[in-house]
Amino acid sequence: MNTGDTAFVLMATALVMLMTPGLALFYGGLVRSKNVLATMLQSFICLGVVSLLWVVAGYSLAFGPDRWGVIGGLDWAGLRSVGLEAGPYADSIPHLLFCAFQLMFAIITPALITGAFAERMKFSGFLCFTILWTLLVYFPVCHWVWGGGWIGGLGALDFAGGTVIHINSGAAALAAALVVGRRRGYRREPFQPHNLPLTVLGAGLLWFGWFGFNAGSALKADEVAVLAFFNTQVATGAAAVSWIVAEWIKIGRPTTLGAASGAVAGLVAVTPAAGFVGPLAAVWIGLLAGVLCYGAVLLKERLGYDDALDVVGIHGVGGLWGALATGLFASTAFNPAGADGLFHGNPKQFLVQAIGAVGAIVYSFALSWVLLKVTDKLTGLRVAGEEEVQGLDLTQHSETGYVL
Amino acid sequence: MVKIEAVIKPFVLDAVKEALHEVGVTGLTVTDVKGFGRQKGHKEIYRGAEYLVEFQPKTKIETVVPDHLVDQVVNAIQKAARTGKIGDGKIFVYPLSQVIRIRTGETGETAI
Repeated sequence: MNTGDTAFVLMATALVMLMTPGLALFYGGLVRSKNVLATMLQSFICLGVVSLLWVVAGYSLAFGPDRWGVIGGLDWAGLRSVGLEAGPYADSIPHLLFCAFQLMFAIITPALITGAFAERMKFSGFLCFTILWTLLVYFPVCHWVWGGGWIGGLGALDFAGGTVIHINSGAAALAAALVVGRRRGYRREPFQPHNLPLTVLGAGLLWFGWFGFNAGSALKADEVAVLAFFNTQVATGAAAVSWIVAEWIKIGRPTTLGAASGAVAGLVAVTPAAGFVGPLAAVWIGLLAGVLCYGAVLLKERLGYDDALDVVGIHGVGGLWGALATGLFASTAFNPAGADGLFHGNPKQFLVQAIGAVGAIVYSFALSWVLLKVTDKLTGLRVAGEEEVQGLDLTQHSETGYVL
Repeated sequence: MVKIEAVIKPFVLDAVKEALHEVGVTGLTVTDVKGFGRQKGHKEIYRGAEYLVEFQPKTKIETVVPDHLVDQVVNAIQKAARTGKIGDGKIFVYPLSQVIRIRTGETGETAI
């Protein structure tokens, strides 16, 4: 046990927790004012719901003793034998702290998906889907990568959750946008974001919290944590710049929402690479993330699926780029515990990254589709047409965000 | 008595208020409104989505004046609100049958 490491990971855990309210602000500003509370609540309540699932069985399913490379056993259900002694995943911090740190990742992942079905989902449907998805998609995929499952077993690198969190939520978001369907008035009414200052504040909190997410994933206050911290900053800055430059060229105007979106795209893309690549590589990862994710968002308009807040374009595409980029840029010169990527003479790493990413995409997309159909049968997915027009705040929660 | 209503560009409100003050108008009601006329809307872009915002933000002013002031008031508004570009707005003049001051019960021009 090391008190420095323990103090560091405690703080990092609190930082990651703050990302979920940050996401609530980011999403809340992007919807119309009649849906601001419902949208924020769908993120915020994950802090409660997923915490409960985590204690009951989630931590055990994700990190418990491996069964066939696909799922953790129920040996640690109810956090049985998860105590204050160090190990088994980190040898210098208490087991319960590792469990708390990982819980924050489990919380934000289903919250990310809510952007895809924003402004039209019933609260009961959201809750049902979130519980099923966290149990049957998040915990298994988390196990595959970090809990001793098959993707980690292949040697795939995912420093802080590019595959587990971003590819996973992005694939689920695509299924959700397709199954739930477009918002009423799609392409007929303007869906103007009602409060972009909230969105910029949310992006700032996400950026801040992400230092805990990425640097904290070193699980020690060591050199790798510093590398991840620095890479997080420069990749994010690069992506914010490249997104607004891309839109300046494309539409003639740099936008505030573009800068905020680019920052999030950069954060997403650097996540799997943060502790495995050098700072210059991180800059490249960020620069390309901004352009690729902007392109993906434009492509969505062409394809016509209503991923309301661009979870697919930013988390799916950014996460996929990050996973692949880790296979290109990873270098044992920066982290001997990692691996070399394609650019450092190891093409196999790129292949392994791609296999891991595709595995997560296929599983998450397919199972999310099924779980949405099941949810539709159990509680219904969408609010009635009239309720959608009135807004979810009033019809789902009997509240309004602004009284003026 | 006459009610004068005008839809003007929001940024000329102060100039219009000053001009009305000078010709002796003693009261004014101001509302933020949205609408469209000959002026086209503007484009807004959020990530990939472009929206034509057809309703322009405007300011509506309402005042009531005695008959002899009508021409002066209309001229004052037109002069102060005119930029010469499309979207300067319109002035509407209505006959008015009665005005009552709630506090005292006075009616007619003395209540204006």
